[in-house]
Amino acid sequence: MIKSSAKAWLYLLPAVLFLTAFMVYPLFDVMVYSVEEGYNFASQTYRGTGLYNYSYVLHDQYFLQAVKNTFILVIITVPLSTGIALLISLGLNSVTKFKELFQTIFFLPYVTNTLAVGLVFMILFKKTPYSEGFVNLIITALGGTSVDFIEGPYWAKMFVLCFYTVWVVLPFKILILTSALASVDDDLYKAAKVDGTGRLRIFTRITLPMISSMIFYLVITGFIGAFKAYSDVVAIFGTNLNAAGMNTIVGYVYDMLYGDSGGYPSFASAAALILFAIVLTITCINLLVSRKKVYYA
Amino acid sequence: MKIVLEHLTKRFPSLDRKTGGFVTAVNDFSFEIPDGKLVGLLGPSGCGKSTMLNMICGLETPTEGKIYFGDDDVTKLPPENRGVGMVFQSYALYPHLTVRQNIMFPLENLKGDAKLSKEVMREKALEAAKLVQIEALMDRKPSEMSGGQQQRVAIARALVKKPRVLLLDEPLSNLDARLRLQTREEIRRIQRETAITTVFVTHDQEEAMSISDLIVVMNRGELQQIGKPQDVYDDPVNLFVAKFLGTPAINVFAGRLSGGKLWIGNEAVLEAPGSEDRDVWVGIRPEGFVLYENGPFRTKLSRIEVMGRDTSIVSTHDMCENTVVRSIISSGSQIDPDQEYVHFLLKPEKVCLFAKDTEERIYTELRNGHDKK
Repeated sequence: MIKSSAKAWLYLLPAVLFLTAFMVYPLFDVMVYSVEEGYNFASQTYRGTGLYNYSYVLHDQYFLQAVKNTFILVIITVPLSTGIALLISLGLNSVTKFKELFQTIFFLPYVTNTLAVGLVFMILFKKTPYSEGFVNLIITALGGTSVDFIEGPYWAKMFVLCFYTVWVVLPFKILILTSALASVDDDLYKAAKVDGTGRLRIFTRITLPMISSMIFYLVITGFIGAFKAYSDVVAIFGTNLNAAGMNTIVGYVYDMLYGDSGGYPSFASAAALILFAIVLTITCINLLVSRKKVYYA
Repeated sequence: MKIVLEHLTKRFPSLDRKTGGFVTAVNDFSFEIPDGKLVGLLGPSGCGKSTMLNMICGLETPTEGKIYFGDDDVTKLPPENRGVGMVFQSYALYPHLTVRQNIMFPLENLKGDAKLSKEVMREKALEAAKLVQIEALMDRKPSEMSGGQQQRVAIARALVKKPRVLLLDEPLSNLDARLRLQTREEIRRIQRETAITTVFVTHDQEEAMSISDLIVVMNRGELQQIGKPQDVYDDPVNLFVAKFLGTPAINVFAGRLSGGKLWIGNEAVLEAPGSEDRDVWVGIRPEGFVLYENGPFRTKLSRIEVMGRDTSIVSTHDMCENTVVRSIISSGSQIDPDQEYVHFLLKPEKVCLFAKDTEERIYTELRNGHDKK
């Protein structure tokens, strides 16, 4: 018995070593940094320990703005992208002609570089001295007044960011949901049809429960992914996010470490741990909610 | 409820895109199922029997022909308006719902005047569950039940709306051998108790023979024969039906009618007075052999298998189409396992002749020329 468990540990050793070195130790280290007050990068010394770093971060206007931005992004894009992906998957599942073509089109953004997509969005939305941007051309053609989506009002910038995020995360969700839909046993639909079940009821009572585990998976990963948003924001609004008022929590952490006003690993660590706490809480709530609602095959 | 099928044909577009065209799954099929009978639709895989069932159910619409339930033409009706209950081969139980919810599901679909209160639904579900004897398992999920229990739930769900016709697609194929015997008796019992006209599809002739009032034998989308199981077994209309029914299978020999005698090889095995001379297929049921020392039919003995009640003699014959000749004799018979040849007398009523070309049955009188001494 002891011998066999020793063998098992031996097999696990490489994974345990790597995880300890690159996951457990940094996590521990971040915790330590976050409570070291007045840390000096150059001399690698600190004054004392306490919760001042947390207090500073929580009172920092830029951090609060970042939290607000991140929450708006999460609350809008996660349900929206999952819902749209579900609609598109249902559509894809019911068409027979050109199914592969549509699937390819919907999957294209997934294999496209984030920054390249960001550039395309700039062209679509940005106002320059020479051009109004494609979207504004349409708005003015329809009789509206043009809006500066990149450097204009907050809601316009948020709209572009949400639009972009939904667009980027859609392909993966569509991929997952189409395969989940395709894996539902066709006999269940036939049985429901023989029993005279209406289309809406088939969807709510059979389709949704049967793919609920995949939807739940997408919601969880969607929440986590959206909370960690950073590169998308940079792609659209550039690196000076605080000035643009479009910073995210991860962006704030990065700026505190390496940004122009950076060099504060203690503040960065505290902010990172706050993000960790938020994500953990939301995921726990998700798990609790899903325990009753989700069917696992 | 009587079911009448008139010239039913179903063609599917061919899957081969290059050649196009159609595949005919069911071809010009007509028969009548009397009210309250248990009917087995029997045929090899791919013969169109499931398509047939789906058309009766309403999941497929026939390309041509008509379907009547009693006097109602239901050809164009969707399944829910036909009053059918269907049990799928996979059972198709909703895995996320409990047994009770599964059985109540069809009732919850009722709208308007037919709408039922929750109490009535629960009552009806319990009634259906009692009929199939699963009332103790109402709060389980399908995954917590055995295959046989799941099968019962599927039957209860199909019966809960009191359908006019009950359809079962390969009801026993997913069960193990022992459960299969038990479940087929169960289906028979439920059918008797409810007296609902029931059609079930199977590729297992034993299953069909054992519980059906009528069997319908299909091959390549065409009706071969319809009748009581024993009648079809004793009196097959063609070589396919003869081969398809019976375990062990019928022994088929290349033979010849000549000079009022039936010849297999160089042996005149039976008298066939007044028959015209021609080449034939000779089908002999395993139980059609009688051990007889001076019998006219001689085969080369391979081995003897004793299986309790019966003894099976396995032998070979040059003219035989099967790899071996199987004959079943009562186990009391004495036979020396070391002898090289066995001699048989044939029972004329267990011998069927078929035309060499069309494989249709040839009806001619057969008689045993050798009297037992």
